[in-house]
Amino acid sequence: MATDTLFRGGSEYKYGFVTEVETDTLPKGLNEDIIRALSQKKGEPAWMLDFRLKAYRKWLEMSEPRWSNVSYPPINYQDLCYYSAPKKKPALNNLSEVDPEVLKTFARLGIPLDEQKRLTNVAVDMVFDSVSIGTTFKKKLDDAGVVLCSISEALHRYPEIVQKYLATVVPIGDNFYATLNSAVFTDGSFVYVPKGVHCPMELSTYFRINDKETGQFERTLIVAEEGSYVSYLEGCTAPAYDNNQLHAAVVELIALDNAQIKYATVQNWYSGNPQTGEGGVYNFVTKRGRCAGVNSKISWTQVEVGAAITWKYPSCILQGDNSVGEFYSVAMTNGRMQADTGTKMIHLGKNTRSTVISKGIAADFSHNSYRGLIKVVPKASGARNYTQCDSMLVGANCSANTFPYIEVGNATSQVEHEASTSKLNEEQLFYFQSRGISTEDSINMIVNGFCKDVIKELPLEFATEAQKLLTLKLENSVG
Amino acid sequence: MIEIKNLSASTEGKPILKGINLTVKPGEIHAIMGPNGAGKSTLAKVLAGHPSYEVTGGEVWFKGQNLLEMEPDERAHAGLFMSFQYPIEIPGVGNVAFLRAALNANRKARNQPEISLQDFEKILAAKMSAMDIKPEFKERNLNEGFSGGEKKRNEILQMTLLEPDLAILDETDSGLDIDAMRVVASGVNHFHNDKVGLILITHYQRLLDYIKPHIVHVMLDGKIVQSGGPELAQELEERGYDWLANPSAEEPST
Repeated sequence: MATDTLFRGGSEYKYGFVTEVETDTLPKGLNEDIIRALSQKKGEPAWMLDFRLKAYRKWLEMSEPRWSNVSYPPINYQDLCYYSAPKKKPALNNLSEVDPEVLKTFARLGIPLDEQKRLTNVAVDMVFDSVSIGTTFKKKLDDAGVVLCSISEALHRYPEIVQKYLATVVPIGDNFYATLNSAVFTDGSFVYVPKGVHCPMELSTYFRINDKETGQFERTLIVAEEGSYVSYLEGCTAPAYDNNQLHAAVVELIALDNAQIKYATVQNWYSGNPQTGEGGVYNFVTKRGRCAGVNSKISWTQVEVGAAITWKYPSCILQGDNSVGEFYSVAMTNGRMQADTGTKMIHLGKNTRSTVISKGIAADFSHNSYRGLIKVVPKASGARNYTQCDSMLVGANCSANTFPYIEVGNATSQVEHEASTSKLNEEQLFYFQSRGISTEDSINMIVNGFCKDVIKELPLEFATEAQKLLTLKLENSVG
Repeated sequence: MIEIKNLSASTEGKPILKGINLTVKPGEIHAIMGPNGAGKSTLAKVLAGHPSYEVTGGEVWFKGQNLLEMEPDERAHAGLFMSFQYPIEIPGVGNVAFLRAALNANRKARNQPEISLQDFEKILAAKMSAMDIKPEFKERNLNEGFSGGEKKRNEILQMTLLEPDLAILDETDSGLDIDAMRVVASGVNHFHNDKVGLILITHYQRLLDYIKPHIVHVMLDGKIVQSGGPELAQELEERGYDWLANPSAEEPST
């Protein structure tokens, strides 16, 4: 299976290579001229430019959040490049015109573009630095009426839908990084599932940062109309550079009446040098879904094993009555990685339900925090939440924290929180080995036993690979 | 079957085993007795390959192979089994998945085909009922929330499933009430035959009422100081260990 390589992270990062490709790049720095130039390059409608400028002006007044349990030196936003694209751009629906070097990159990453080798029943959109490179299975999706394309393409082909929903879940001035994203986002995926359509295949986007000094600001928008269903998976890798890359994405999901969206992430960005902590991606991401309709459902599943720093809280606004939000997360940190991740479940509608299952695994010198908010407003009668946060520590130099926030304004609601901390230690491994089970299989069984409740939520095609990835990542940290 | 020659081992720089000599032949049951801290459990762990212990001298030959050069899983493949004194709890890993993985790992190492889930369930059901283990066991996670007795039964169940050639039972009787001990002992006796060697490590003579050893050894301060027949166990029960620690004090004056 083609996404194998995405997961074959291993203790040595296999995706650290750089592709030599001619790029069309805007000069470093951020100001209104850069934003105008960026918008012009993408041939955007006027309202989009206004949106960006409005965001930029808000951003100038904001300051970087410092409340998370991570530490890093200040980022010089004027020293970053905000637009970089391979010079040779593909014509729509024709991948043969893509720069061969870019195609080779995706082949090395295990994302084949040629017809025969495509992932069976998974449509893939590829984003290279700032632009989308292409989408597979367009025809099959067209027949079903499902749209999977880059957000740039959507701005041209479906401007009304984009304008109607963009920033309705994550407002322009939501937070520092999301606001920056609103000003400068370059590409990302757009998914639209029409009324009553059950999307016939898994949708997937593969994000690749290549350029050393380009920030990646992708924007993803998924709209599921009444009674529709879609399952989407994103994967991420980046070259190993000794400086840090900034990845500040915004993902918005909208589920209307009786619609269901499943969103899965396997994040394996370069996490920096495990000894020195030098380099690696800053993964500062805002992901939020709105269960706008009655009986709608949004599930987030994330397997986070990369990035030097992760700051991310995929959330659900449970607006429609009887709507359901779910968050299943495995966050693994090793080397010098830092992760502050969790979720927010905002119960607005009646009888809304949410489930949060978080598994944090910290190894080596890493820091791993769960941060979550469960909020039930006074009119959300009958709301229910169940939260379970488990941490596993590998070795004696790492740390795990849990920061649960619970705000309940309604007496008929039920909120449960369970938490545990355990250690993966020599004794557990020895127990398995003494029964004849190899080291690798032992780690695999123990870690996946710990993560079982999350992994089973991943699309089948990716679950086995995610398990292998977790095992490989931990191999050098145990014993 | 196993030949231990002048084995020394230490942990964190502290010597625990100070020259152990012991030979076990197929079909023999050996009991190793001794007070707390004598090094009995260390001997079991060193033989199984626990990474916290460093072998500082001597050699161990198991079925003609140099045991000390083998990884813990290889030792299991070769037919060595240790029943843990304190079996560890593993959350999220089901008993059935674990037992089947262990059995298949051993089968694979011996070039035998994997056993199907269906066949495995049959074998497991028979072994479980012999050990008086309730069916709910199959739905539970490995040792998670098990009582002391349940953990020990699970150890013996694993032994009967894996069918080793040499089993080292470390304090298998501790934490068992008398009924549980009977069940465990009957499991061990049922498993034992003239091809299998057993090393029973125990504090008390109690277990030896149910599993009859051929040879009893006394371990003190990292060495085997006395070996004898089953009657030695009885003598230890009556006299304790002190007379072995200071033999001269007990000798009649001439």
